[in-house]
Amino acid sequence: MRTRIIICEGSPIVTAGLNAYFEDQQQIVVVANLDTPERLSERVLASDCDMLIIDPLLLGYSERDLPEKLKKNHPQLVILALVKTYIDPNLLVLYDGVIEINDTQQSVMAKLGEWKNQKNASNKNEDGNVDLSKRENDVLVAVAKGMTNKEISDRLNISIHTVISHRKNISKKTGIRSVSGLTVYALLNNLISESEVYK
Amino acid sequence: MKLADLIVEHPNLLFLLPRFGIALGFGDHNVAEVCRQYGISPACFLLICRVYSNDSFVPRHNDLNAVNMENLFSFLKTSHRYYLKTRIPHIERLLQEVVRSCHARYGDMLQRFFEDYKTEVIHHFDYEEKTVFPYIEQLIDNKHPNDFSIDEFKHNHSNVEDTLNDLMNIIIKYLPTDIDQENRIAISFAIIELSNDLNRHTLIENRVLIPYVELLENAWS
Repeated sequence: MRTRIIICEGSPIVTAGLNAYFEDQQQIVVVANLDTPERLSERVLASDCDMLIIDPLLLGYSERDLPEKLKKNHPQLVILALVKTYIDPNLLVLYDGVIEINDTQQSVMAKLGEWKNQKNASNKNEDGNVDLSKRENDVLVAVAKGMTNKEISDRLNISIHTVISHRKNISKKTGIRSVSGLTVYALLNNLISESEVYK
Repeated sequence: MKLADLIVEHPNLLFLLPRFGIALGFGDHNVAEVCRQYGISPACFLLICRVYSNDSFVPRHNDLNAVNMENLFSFLKTSHRYYLKTRIPHIERLLQEVVRSCHARYGDMLQRFFEDYKTEVIHHFDYEEKTVFPYIEQLIDNKHPNDFSIDEFKHNHSNVEDTLNDLMNIIIKYLPTDIDQENRIAISFAIIELSNDLNRHTLIENRVLIPYVELLENAWS
């Protein structure tokens, strides 16, 4: 599916430049170019877009939390700041990511791909299968026994990266992040016995 | 503005008053008068209230000029004590009720879990009060210790709400249905309230304390 993008930027030169970047990209379509953030929320809704690229400086002082408000109504929306000058880092944390004025076409595409995937990954499990897979169960039990990622990777013969990705999925499915919480979960589900945990 | 009017408009701020040492019964005095009576900078008081009552308010550099470090420290430390002495024990009492009513096997694990949580919170606050705050005090005294920077705190500033959220998931989703429904609901509400409060407390540290100290550090370099 193509990524539908709205660009909200005051400078026609920059807007044209970004559009040129996206022009020959099969998987991207720019659905609107706006030069003001007026009625942005409605435009996002009406155009069914997945991504908003916006110059944070277009938002006045009282509107600077707009990204947060938009995300409340459109949780799937990826919001990127288009940064041309120094902007307070406290402000930038409200955005999913940053495109800088010096970025090459390649680096913009790489960033877009990454953000899109992150967003997909974080939404995928919302209503999906909540049961843990066999492998996730193995990792969960190992975590509950107090093993480190390195130890788990050695024991199960998988890379540390894979261990971490299993742990992320376990937390996403159960809503439990801490080791002590996962231990309780494992005990409640009889995946592990007290004697294996509390020595 | 009268302090009473401010509170009526943002009732959440009632939680903050005791942490500033302000007692109810301040009559019709305005914010500045009450603050002065308690030795608090009105500007600093209002800045903290604003961050606390508005999630999306990110103070700018100019706003940070209002910070009075003595007031802010005392506020943060009193808040820590309040969480440890009042709010967490409240949840603990409710949890004890649940523990009493369920099988020892579940009771034990819940208790261990909560003990771990308390240790985590105490450790978190201790780190702030024994490492971070003294560092800031030295900065204010015009000494610049080289062995620490606020950046380190920024990156290690863990979230004590995560574990609370885990407890909530366990209580709502995973404890068997035959265990004490009433107290489980009460605990869930207590957790939501505490977690909201801790979130706002973290906002004050991340949006006021850290940026202010960064300004101090920049002035040094």
